[in-house]
Amino acid sequence: MKKYLIFWLVFTFSFGIRAQEKHAKKQDSLIIPQELTEVILIGKKSNKHHLENKSLATIETYLEEANAVDFIKRGAYAWEPMIQGMASERSVVTIDGMRIYAACTDKMDPITSYVEISNLAKAEIKKGQAGAENGATIGGAIDLERQKSEFENTGWSGNAQSGIESINEQKILGAALQYASNKVFTDIDFMYRDAENYKAGGDKEINYSQFTKYNFSATSGFKLKENKSIEASFIFDEARDVGYPALPMDVSLARAYIGSLEYITNSEYGFFKEWRTKIYYNDVTHIMDDSQRPDVPIRMDMPGWSKTAGMYSKLKGTTKKHTWDLSLNGHFNKSLAEMTMFPEDPNEKDMFMLTWPDVNTIYTGFFGKDLYQINKEFSTEISLGMGVHNNNIQNKFGLESLRIFYPEMEDSNTRFLLNTGAQLNLSTHPWTLSIGLGYGERAPSVSEAYGFYLFNSFDGFDYIGNPNMRNEKSSEINISTHYEHKSFSLSFNSSLYHISDYIIGKPDPSLSPMNIGINGVKVYEQLAHAKLWSNDIQITYSFLKDFTAKAKAVYRLGRDDSNTNLPLVQPFTFEAGLRYRKNSFYAEANVESATKQFDYSPEFGENQTPAYSVVNLALSKILYVNTQKMVLKVGGENLFDEYYSTYSDWNNIPRPGRNLYANLIYSF
Amino acid sequence: MKLLKYISFFAATILFSCSFNDDTPIQINEAKDLILVQEIQNEAHSIKIFTEDGKLEQGYNKIYFQIKDEEDFISNAEVSWTPVMHMEAMSHSGPHSEINKKAGTETLYEGYIIFQMAQNNTEYWELDFNYSVAGQEYSAKDIIEVIPTERNRVSVFTGSDGVRYIAVLIEPQAPKVAVNDISAAIFRMENMMSFPMVNSYTLKTDPRMPSMGNHSSPNNEDLFQAGLDDFYHGKLSLTMSGYWKINLQLLNEAGEVLKGEEVTETNESSSIYFEIEF
Repeated sequence: MKKYLIFWLVFTFSFGIRAQEKHAKKQDSLIIPQELTEVILIGKKSNKHHLENKSLATIETYLEEANAVDFIKRGAYAWEPMIQGMASERSVVTIDGMRIYAACTDKMDPITSYVEISNLAKAEIKKGQAGAENGATIGGAIDLERQKSEFENTGWSGNAQSGIESINEQKILGAALQYASNKVFTDIDFMYRDAENYKAGGDKEINYSQFTKYNFSATSGFKLKENKSIEASFIFDEARDVGYPALPMDVSLARAYIGSLEYITNSEYGFFKEWRTKIYYNDVTHIMDDSQRPDVPIRMDMPGWSKTAGMYSKLKGTTKKHTWDLSLNGHFNKSLAEMTMFPEDPNEKDMFMLTWPDVNTIYTGFFGKDLYQINKEFSTEISLGMGVHNNNIQNKFGLESLRIFYPEMEDSNTRFLLNTGAQLNLSTHPWTLSIGLGYGERAPSVSEAYGFYLFNSFDGFDYIGNPNMRNEKSSEINISTHYEHKSFSLSFNSSLYHISDYIIGKPDPSLSPMNIGINGVKVYEQLAHAKLWSNDIQITYSFLKDFTAKAKAVYRLGRDDSNTNLPLVQPFTFEAGLRYRKNSFYAEANVESATKQFDYSPEFGENQTPAYSVVNLALSKILYVNTQKMVLKVGGENLFDEYYSTYSDWNNIPRPGRNLYANLIYSF
Repeated sequence: MKLLKYISFFAATILFSCSFNDDTPIQINEAKDLILVQEIQNEAHSIKIFTEDGKLEQGYNKIYFQIKDEEDFISNAEVSWTPVMHMEAMSHSGPHSEINKKAGTETLYEGYIIFQMAQNNTEYWELDFNYSVAGQEYSAKDIIEVIPTERNRVSVFTGSDGVRYIAVLIEPQAPKVAVNDISAAIFRMENMMSFPMVNSYTLKTDPRMPSMGNHSSPNNEDLFQAGLDDFYHGKLSLTMSGYWKINLQLLNEAGEVLKGEEVTETNESSSIYFEIEF
């Protein structure tokens, strides 16, 4: 520990990071309400504010700031994001607009795990049909926008970052280098994290919660001529020895190569303002195994691979009272996952199956959005997305496997997807009010349609995909309001989703589970309908110049067609904090708590999560050394070492106990 | 040994190919996808025995042969055969088919033999041919090598009716992770030398993977005589590769279980079963 401390003190760097929720964009003193969008800014330009208490926190911690986002946690690493209470299948997560498909059949490699906080500039969270730009969605979308310089003569700059955390002996090291001129810019960023097992409240070690991660990111831009530029970008992300304490297996390797080339045209006076065309490719490898676990019914390896190639072309413009977006996008994905089981008897042959039968997904879509300013108070926004979605199974072995269950199934399935929304906004200072309607469709995910004996450790069932399902359809209505007057602001959002042909796994008692000692087999099917109601409220109040008080509450409710609870739905969760900031000193205390989970789904393996309260405290101070800036942040989380888990902790795996951290950031 | 067989087979092929006899090339081609197992000779002829993999194994064996005099293949022989197991205390035969000319061929005869046991150090199989060519009777016999299989493809048992049965797995020869066609044959032991086929029974199957929690698979179909041939046909779903135990129950026309038990939580396996590993 001491060694790391010294290392960390020697190696210190900077990158001011700020997270801030923005509910309304100001434009010509006119507030254009964007109540369906939450934006989290994390930029070097916001150095001076350093509002966030922990600069080197994980990306998940930042995204959690958004009321619409929560995470399913299977360990310390790579949490699975949910937007408006809807996880991977019902939401779209992109990095700079690029689609990436997970390679893990157990959702252990969400897209958010491929971006590090140090190279993230902005996360744009769009709820419901407002998020259909990059692909068909029900719950919404997150687009992670990476840090990059502009064509400005700023020359060389760099920073380095370092952090430690007591709870899992996490060591964080990062470095970034930027060069920018009128003609070119380059941003390079590297980050390394290495963590041991964390400890839950009461000093209880959570085995298999360690991880090691490297992330390298580079973006380079070249100005071809005035208003025309080209950008190349690359991400390499590799995690090794990642433990998933809530699951029976760990990950020895999760690796992603993500690359893109983009051509950008800006035009001040033309028909459009901005035209961006990008081609991209990514390749994800995910090796899941149980080699670290001492006691398993049978040893198995479950590697998965996902490759995606895609493009988009996005046009933005303003014509009189219209502000519009048009985009065309298409992508091609290939997902393959397999499972090899090693029998105890060495004379027996290994057992092998394809859990994802080499499924190709081809999607081509169009999206258009128009914001029309009717008058000073009223505006409307309509969006329309249409896409053609095709799945086809490339592997004969996989196809024949699935035909055991579905003898008549075709190897190819094409569907048409429609996503549309309409919104009416009223802005009268200090109030803004908006009401919206939406209708969206999505195709079943690869697992839902073609998964083969995928074990879900939450409910203890093997899941079999169903290739004969219809599109899942969602009708939504949302209202939101925002009040901002002087130092007080309040916002409230409520969305109701009526989802028909809701896809969920249901037990089939006639089937025999493949995994040893489990509860049974579930096959994906469609409920006539399900409802999801999502609400959040947030209040901010600044007083005595240097203090800010903030409170927020989230409540969601999910019910199926027989009015029983849907799984993984957030109970009433409350957070309140007080922040003090003066000059270069900053302190924040907050409390997070949740009521006990009244609405849970025993069918899905959920039990009632008890109420909890956690207290966090953070302090930070900016120090200047020879005109170079150094930011020191120290803090504590879960100060009273509460032993707790939230509703979204897979298998009730407890959250970390008391954690002390320090981040030291140095920029030059 | 196997290599030698290959070499001799190829040598023979080359030899025939090089001859200028216009009638023979077709005849040579007739066995070209098969592998020579053995030659049995008498004073007049040589009988070349082939199988698809060049082996004779415990269980069901589809066997092809050609009869050749010094110059030519014999295409008009009337042939019968008897496999005989010479045990220490006694001898017995095994279920075997009649012999027919393989459809579309001139010189290739075919049939099947079920070897219900493999040879061992002291016990061996002998194959006897009796045939007539143009009214003249001949016979030929020799010891054949019947090797044991690693996995059980034949089951010999006494039913609750007191009859001794032999059930043998025929298909799948190349099992896949898919719904496989499964076929089997059931014979009754009338005496040491006679094993007539049993008709109108049912062979119930329950495929299990003992190494993986003894799980089963969906959409299997029990085996019936479908009328295509005398064999029993059904469907076998194998959801993954590896070792599968196909637990069996033999039912008579009245639906009474003659042998085999249902697999339950407490009963892991039936007393009669086939095994497949791939």
